[in-house]
Amino acid sequence: MTAQLDINQLLDELETGLRRILEERGVTEPAIIGIRTGGVWLADVLSKRLGIDQAFGELDISFYRDDFSRIGLNPKVKPSSLPFDTEGRDIILIDDVIMSGRTIRAAMNEIFDYGRPASIILATLIDLGARELPIQPDVAGRVLSLAAHQRVKLRGPDPLRIELQETGQ
Amino acid sequence: MSHTSNQSSTLLLITGGRLVDGQGGEADNDALLIRDGRIAATGSQARSADVDDTINADGWVIAPGFVDLCCNLREPGNGQKGNIASETRAAAHGGFTTVCASPETSPVNDSGAVTHLIRDVAASRSPIRVLPIGAITRGLEGDLLSDMAGLRNAGCVAVGNGSRGVRNARILRRCMAYAQTFGLTVMFSPENQALAADGYAHDGLVTSRLGLLGIPEVAETAAVMEMLLLAEETGVRLHLSQLSCARSVEMLAEAQQRGIKVTADVAIHQLLFTEDALAGFDSRFHVRPPLRSESDRRALVAGVREGVIAAIVSQHQPHDTAAKQAPLAATEPGLSTIESVLSLGLELVDRDELSLTDLVRALTSGPASVIGRTSGLAEGDMADLCLFDPTGTWVADDRTLVSAGRHAPVTGRELTGVVRMTLVEGRKAWDALQA
Amino acid sequence: MTAHDPSPHHLQLTRDGQLRHFLTLDGLDRDLLTDILDTADSFIEVGERTIKKVPLLRGRTVVNLFFESSTRTRSTFELAAKRLSADVLNLDISTSATSKGESLSDTLLNLEAMASDMFVVRHSQSGAPHFIAESVTPGVAIINAGDGRHAHPTQAMLDMLTIRQHKQRFEGLKVAIVGDVLHSRVARSQIRALNVLGAEEVRVIAPGTLLPKDVESLGCTVEYDMEKGMKDLDVVIMLRLQKERMEGALLPSEREFYRLYGLNREKLALAHPECIVMHPGPINRGVEIESAVADGPQSVILNQVTNGIAIRMAVMSMAMGGQVAERQRQQAKGAKA
Repeated sequence: MTAQLDINQLLDELETGLRRILEERGVTEPAIIGIRTGGVWLADVLSKRLGIDQAFGELDISFYRDDFSRIGLNPKVKPSSLPFDTEGRDIILIDDVIMSGRTIRAAMNEIFDYGRPASIILATLIDLGARELPIQPDVAGRVLSLAAHQRVKLRGPDPLRIELQETGQ
Repeated sequence: MSHTSNQSSTLLLITGGRLVDGQGGEADNDALLIRDGRIAATGSQARSADVDDTINADGWVIAPGFVDLCCNLREPGNGQKGNIASETRAAAHGGFTTVCASPETSPVNDSGAVTHLIRDVAASRSPIRVLPIGAITRGLEGDLLSDMAGLRNAGCVAVGNGSRGVRNARILRRCMAYAQTFGLTVMFSPENQALAADGYAHDGLVTSRLGLLGIPEVAETAAVMEMLLLAEETGVRLHLSQLSCARSVEMLAEAQQRGIKVTADVAIHQLLFTEDALAGFDSRFHVRPPLRSESDRRALVAGVREGVIAAIVSQHQPHDTAAKQAPLAATEPGLSTIESVLSLGLELVDRDELSLTDLVRALTSGPASVIGRTSGLAEGDMADLCLFDPTGTWVADDRTLVSAGRHAPVTGRELTGVVRMTLVEGRKAWDALQA
Repeated sequence: MTAHDPSPHHLQLTRDGQLRHFLTLDGLDRDLLTDILDTADSFIEVGERTIKKVPLLRGRTVVNLFFESSTRTRSTFELAAKRLSADVLNLDISTSATSKGESLSDTLLNLEAMASDMFVVRHSQSGAPHFIAESVTPGVAIINAGDGRHAHPTQAMLDMLTIRQHKQRFEGLKVAIVGDVLHSRVARSQIRALNVLGAEEVRVIAPGTLLPKDVESLGCTVEYDMEKGMKDLDVVIMLRLQKERMEGALLPSEREFYRLYGLNREKLALAHPECIVMHPGPINRGVEIESAVADGPQSVILNQVTNGIAIRMAVMSMAMGGQVAERQRQQAKGAKA
């Protein structure tokens, strides 16, 4: 069985939170980077909502994952694409879901290989808790606590929707 | 062959089974009596005798013992690849009662002294008959004639140059003319060295794909033609060892029709495998001459079926493991075949490519006639016998193989056809129950 | 009749079809070759960053095992391994152990004691990497960096990457390979790759002495006359000619070869106007190719060098990935049992 969460409500939360942080930190020209695949769809939507003209970046973290020694290389890796210089920039890093924090660690390592950013703001649509690393989002659309048999999945890009799946036990 | 006890008075009776003499005779065996190392009587007459031992051969085939014209016993040699004791015991396991020992030993069998050594060791350590082949050129170098009369007097049944060629046609012609003087049969592996060059695989589809160095067919066919013409001119009895090409079989048949004294043999693996066996760079199938195409294989089988090719040989080449543990080109050629010949031959029978009689002929009377011997199951024939279970199965592995060479052609799956007993002049050279 | 089953195809793939060795293109399907090209594309992007290094093979040891010396190929493999963060050991064996009579098996035993994770093998004998892949400890990946006349799969794949960059596809392409096909491991791998990836026609252009027997069976057509063979070509690949070919009576002279099979502007003009010119290098100017063509606008020879690093990174990370995934599965199975 699948349930829908209201995507627009979550995006509103995310937008409001991001605007607040940007203002607090005095960031005027942020650059957005989305983590493939869901994070890239969100980067697209939020660029428009925040009125950022600068094209957003796409990050494929396959080469930086810490589970290579367990599962090998993702066979469908695509090139990352950052159409701007990261050196000295304020970055908004977006992913759809945060859980262990390992994906974010890999993404930050990768970003640093392009140059040293001034700051990184971490935004996620959904925070599922269950962290394994000391990494926390600055903004989350919703904090959810799932039962063992539940999964959450962002579908997109058009229309963007969130599914809460009840998997077989 | 060991003569440890005087068994002349022993009477041995074989009952049951099916007699296949390889000369067209096939019959159910009522009883077969062996006395003084010879077949003394058959049928009801044999039954009446008061025997010392009876062998029940129900369900088995009783054939004359197999004769191998090309077997490497590796002695004299350094022993790493086997010796006369180990390899003749392997041959007995394979159903062979007579093997011709290749002159490619170390030192080479190019003198009466080496021939005597081989015969002496065989007399004390071999359960079967060993007949040496002498080297036709000194050191097998292909340059100078060996002492052929001395080799013949010491017991060599033929002279040849092993798997190696001679320098040129002039020396080949002289080899033949000199051997002819003493009535010696000459055995040559036809290969034109200039054309074979550095090759080690059939020049064909697989070689092209894998980038191996090829030996073209014409390396063999050109040599066959040259040898046939020289044999015709010198009048020598020529035996062509280990043919591999369809075209060679054609030329051989044509020469035989013209009355040239020429015979030939083919190695068992040439009848079953093709160039495809090398597809995974399997160094076991690095053999010489190389495995060729499927059409060549079919022509070779047809040659055996029609009697153009007189003999199937093992071309047994035992090696130590290291000799085969290297990239293909760096490995030594040859398979450890002698224990698998019967089972592989029976696969051809099973596929209707050969009849059982064709197979037995090519393993018995065919090769025997090349070296002037006889073979059969009639009264008075030597009691050299191979008793095998044609439906029994076995797997060639470290446990079952007797040879020092473990690179048998088929491993890891069941083979059909198990030698139950090998008798040489009525004595048990191999008995599966006691192995 | 088959006596055994370890075909090269099974040897280089895991049970679920991942690469675990890279020995030959034989037995690899179009999807896998496309994955290699796509992964290489991602590594090309890595090469454009400030820090051209990813942590995939961090803590792993790659041994460049060159039984035949080749500074150029070894350097690209070394750079590729380093960009994957591996530790690299270069062993030039052509001059050491084996010439002192040590067998390849013994050399390998010694090397395994060093706990290597990957061997990049260059050897003068066809099939040597297969032999090594069959005899090494499970878990060690073998990459073929050229064996005898058999295969040079990374070179062929980097050529495919170059073709895809310029032509965006393989369907409908007419490609010619010109020169010494007989002795060329590169040509064999290229013909295979082009067939699998769907090129319309692969032509080999050479005199009869420089073609292997039954060459058409590899998946190509044969043309002796280069001027005829250039017609409609989208890609022309020139092969290197070794000087010693004159000695074995394979060719009369370099001059005659160049006249008949060398690529000059006049012959190139007979091809499609957008035909690209490739050469696996090193180039013999005035033997296989005229300088004006090698350095001309249709030449993509320098691109090929850049792509070489990316392809090697792709193949190394994929094969290592296959090995670790396989080991994980076996451990999981062992734990369950």
